[in-house]
Amino acid sequence: MLKIVIVGAGPAGVRAAERLVRAGHRPVVIDENVAAGGQIYRRPPAELHRDPKDLYGFEAERACKLHRTFDELAGSIDYRPSTSVWSAEGRRLDVIDRDGASHLLWDRLILATGAMDRVIPIPGWDMPGVFTLGGAQVSMKYQACAIGARPVFLGTGPLLYLIAYQYMKAGVDVAAVLDTAPLSGKVRAAPTMMAGGTALLKGLYYVARLVAAGVTIRSGITPVAIDASSGQRVGVVRYTTGEGKITTIACDAVGMGFGLRSETQLADLLDVQFDFDPSLRQWLPAVDAWGRSSVEGIYLAGDGMQLAGAQAAELSGARAAEAVLHDIGQYDARRIVRSLNRRIDRWLRFRDAMASRAFPFPHQLAQQCDDSLMICRCEGIAAGAMREAVRGQGQAEINRVKAFTRVGMGRCQGRVCQTAAAEITASAAGLDISMVSRLRGQAPIKPLPMAVFREEAAQ
Amino acid sequence: MADSGAQLVRIAGAERPPVRCRVNGQAISALAGDTVLTVVLTQAPRLRKFEFGDGYRAGFCLMGACQDCWVEVNNRRVRACSTLVADNMDISTEIGARA
Repeated sequence: MLKIVIVGAGPAGVRAAERLVRAGHRPVVIDENVAAGGQIYRRPPAELHRDPKDLYGFEAERACKLHRTFDELAGSIDYRPSTSVWSAEGRRLDVIDRDGASHLLWDRLILATGAMDRVIPIPGWDMPGVFTLGGAQVSMKYQACAIGARPVFLGTGPLLYLIAYQYMKAGVDVAAVLDTAPLSGKVRAAPTMMAGGTALLKGLYYVARLVAAGVTIRSGITPVAIDASSGQRVGVVRYTTGEGKITTIACDAVGMGFGLRSETQLADLLDVQFDFDPSLRQWLPAVDAWGRSSVEGIYLAGDGMQLAGAQAAELSGARAAEAVLHDIGQYDARRIVRSLNRRIDRWLRFRDAMASRAFPFPHQLAQQCDDSLMICRCEGIAAGAMREAVRGQGQAEINRVKAFTRVGMGRCQGRVCQTAAAEITASAAGLDISMVSRLRGQAPIKPLPMAVFREEAAQ
Repeated sequence: MADSGAQLVRIAGAERPPVRCRVNGQAISALAGDTVLTVVLTQAPRLRKFEFGDGYRAGFCLMGACQDCWVEVNNRRVRACSTLVADNMDISTEIGARA
């Protein structure tokens, strides 16, 4: 039987598995989490019972449907929860789970690896009590914990308002929502954002509810720093208002993020071709209209491919499965894929309106940061060291800068710092961001206990 | 843990069975379904010392990507955000110096 492997069990991975099972296959589904759902529809552990309405709000029905679909697949797939892929080469995936390391071979591979927050470091971002926006949401959904008693949510993107709303609704005293994007862009983007159907209305609802609850919301701000109170804990966020006035707000936690960044390290290890997306300012795996990568047998889906959100991820997950079924000659999927693409395209238009108008990425924040600002939080490497590598050593390629400074070489493999690292390199070299190349991944793409290497060596 | 006071604030789910574990040798009562990160940060403001400079860390992405929250559980290195607590677990956050 053909071995089809899906990496990721979020909206894209689940819908891909569903279609493959329906067509008579038994795919392997590799999931880093303990239960399917991905980050967006993350389920609490079995012992923690929560009302889906409280966890997922407007998306409760969608989340429950996805979970139900996956639960019904249980006997028909080879599900591997709590399992990470740490290396990949040719048709082999190296995985690690609670029992140790092993590998599996695939005939067709669907990468549905999702995304994480896109981070721009600001002074104080490495302090305890500062988390990503996504982290703030995971804490709430997965652990029923707020990141603090009085958090500030800082950055830009739709998640900013959604998470602030979720916190407010859970009874948390949200200190402020600080958005780097000006209000004017959102107004201009509104007509195009209609492509997202009710998504725009939901966003407006969150804002209205936050305003009604008296939460401070500021657009067009520039973050200055997160300052400590006594005992090296988060105490204050300093920012400049759109009018240029320096303002402070007291808080005990910060959730920060500037849109999302695709998790693409596996695709990179497998040598698929990448294209630079100028509106998202990041490199993404190149795919055709079916979600096929440049490498035969490898397909992509979801936010790990195009950052168009959870609903688009369900559609592109289904599309990747249909592409596999078409390519192996099981049936002609052209009509199905055409219809899926019509719906995916709507979400891409919505995404583009958000990325280019409503919530533009404030790349100048990274480009103009102070030399002393820590960019790599794994190893504590500052922006100045990178600029020195560019100006002093004449390096203008991000992987060379990495070799000189170790930025991107730490435990996270550049997941957190690569966005800022590329912006700083480009501005120091006087180049467009598309010209500094992309940070290449290295196995292991997640840290491994040394015991795994000993087991490998013994084999 | 020089400082007292928690970073994380529980907002629901208090009615779970307790789990007994130790953090740096001190007996602690956690809740079934807690991650190791939740166990520590609902009691303390930080998770570990930063091994490449001054300061402390308390996790960042909480989804297994940033690798900021590595601690030791029963003498094995784990990501605190993606490890669920179990009875009799021995959690040590004092590993910064030996990275």
